[in-house]
Amino acid sequence: MGKASTDRFTGYFYVTPALLVLVIGFFVPVGIMAFASLSPIKPGEWGMFDNYARFLGQPALLGALWNSLFIAGIVALASVAVGFPLAAAIVFGVPERHQRLVLTLLILPFWTSYVVRSYAWLLVLAPNGVVNQALMSVGLITEPLRLNFSVAATAIGFVHFFSMLATIIIYSGLRQIDKRLLLAAGDLGAGSVRAFVRIVLPLSAPSIAVAAFLALVMCIGDYITPQILGGNTAPVLPQAIMNQLNRSNDVPMAATLAFVLTTVVLFVVTVCVPVYRARVKS
Amino acid sequence: MSVLKKALSAVVLLVGFAFIYLPVIVLAVFSFHDGRAAVPPFEGPTLRWYAEVLSDPKVGQAALNSIILGLGSSALATVLAFLAAYGLGRYRVAGGEVLKGAILLPMNISYLVIGIGLLILFRNAQLPLGLGAAGLAHVIMTLPLCFAICLTAITPKQVRLEMASRDLGASQFMVLRRVTIGLAWPAIIAAFFLAFTLSWDEFIMTYLLTRFDVTIPITIWSMLRTGLNPATNALGVLVFGFSLILFVMFEIIYFRKSARRTGP
Repeated sequence: MGKASTDRFTGYFYVTPALLVLVIGFFVPVGIMAFASLSPIKPGEWGMFDNYARFLGQPALLGALWNSLFIAGIVALASVAVGFPLAAAIVFGVPERHQRLVLTLLILPFWTSYVVRSYAWLLVLAPNGVVNQALMSVGLITEPLRLNFSVAATAIGFVHFFSMLATIIIYSGLRQIDKRLLLAAGDLGAGSVRAFVRIVLPLSAPSIAVAAFLALVMCIGDYITPQILGGNTAPVLPQAIMNQLNRSNDVPMAATLAFVLTTVVLFVVTVCVPVYRARVKS
Repeated sequence: MSVLKKALSAVVLLVGFAFIYLPVIVLAVFSFHDGRAAVPPFEGPTLRWYAEVLSDPKVGQAALNSIILGLGSSALATVLAFLAAYGLGRYRVAGGEVLKGAILLPMNISYLVIGIGLLILFRNAQLPLGLGAAGLAHVIMTLPLCFAICLTAITPKQVRLEMASRDLGASQFMVLRRVTIGLAWPAIIAAFFLAFTLSWDEFIMTYLLTRFDVTIPITIWSMLRTGLNPATNALGVLVFGFSLILFVMFEIIYFRKSARRTGP
């Protein structure tokens, strides 16, 4: 690569400021949290993993973990299921020179803030909001459905956001497929369905995996969307953490839950990334 | 066959656009609603909610706080990220891959976790909460992305130009300023705008770490308690518009310039 090897310390010199800030703002706080999760609520009553035992003993907190995993799983699958057809429609149905514009326009609301986006869905799903009014005017329902403050509302808000992310990721995956492969498949007698299943789907699998993975990881860590759209019907882990902090003022338990959350995310990362790398290589 | 394919993709895209834009359109339409609650049937249009929001001193103060927080944290994150990317991309550093991993690590950790960690740190160290604390959190949040963007701008071609200018007698500082930054500035500016966009929208860490210096996302959050209020719509539309401007600037600077640079 032609890197200079004259001075062994020059590289470190430039990295040091960033590392200092990272240590103060990231590694120390995370370390303090690890310590807090092991510390007793009442001074003196020391037991190494007491807080983790308390966590495992409380159905409400375990339920929050389950809700997090359940919603994140559904959201990851649904986001890919929405994003894939959209990406495919752009790649295979829109003329080359317009593709970038269509894609940019389609994912423009991605840049709305979390809070505004969640509030906007609150409007759409309100008892007298547009969805309920539309359904009633068509005659499908007579009484407005209670859509807000439910797991479904949370999931819709999440899927809206992550399907945009999935669209752009899967789009770049589909773009990399050599179109000549499809022509060759056609010449060899494969119909479009068969060509799709045997060529397009396997070759875009890595991008689908990345999209699902990002949705999963980002979804598990978010507090805003479930708090605004889900309310307290089925609290997820981040909501449980905030409750420990604000209502119970139980910092050790908040730290413990935060560590459970981090462990889940890191588990997903360490399991998914090597699998994905192996797939890409083969 | 091709006509069928075109029709199918048109239908898919139509449904997709409807789903993606439904909340945005409802938000925008009912910001002009002349009534107390932002629900159908639509009455109006009126601009009074925009007038109300724009003349609210609390909103003005929150916007100012958001901008101070965004400018400060993005500038710091961009400078730190560029220096780190230069050090690791340009020089041979033992353990360079580990350091890269360490800089990118905060991306994998929930902002809620980082925020609570910082909250406990500031409480224990008896440091004041406020925009400074939130700024540190925002630097941690944006540093990995800025670093990744800046790293793409440190290329072998640039290394050769640096060597040439050094042979011609330029000092280290002059090489950095004239050659390295001169070549990498689209990435640097893009990193800055991306960082600002993220900071502008960030909620949870700011919420935990500022006590009274509220920002725009927190103002909207507290406005939610008043129910489906058209004033919230108006502020939401303004905030979305501002995010879009930032994003378009990022797009133009990063993609146009890098396209021109790598183009024929």
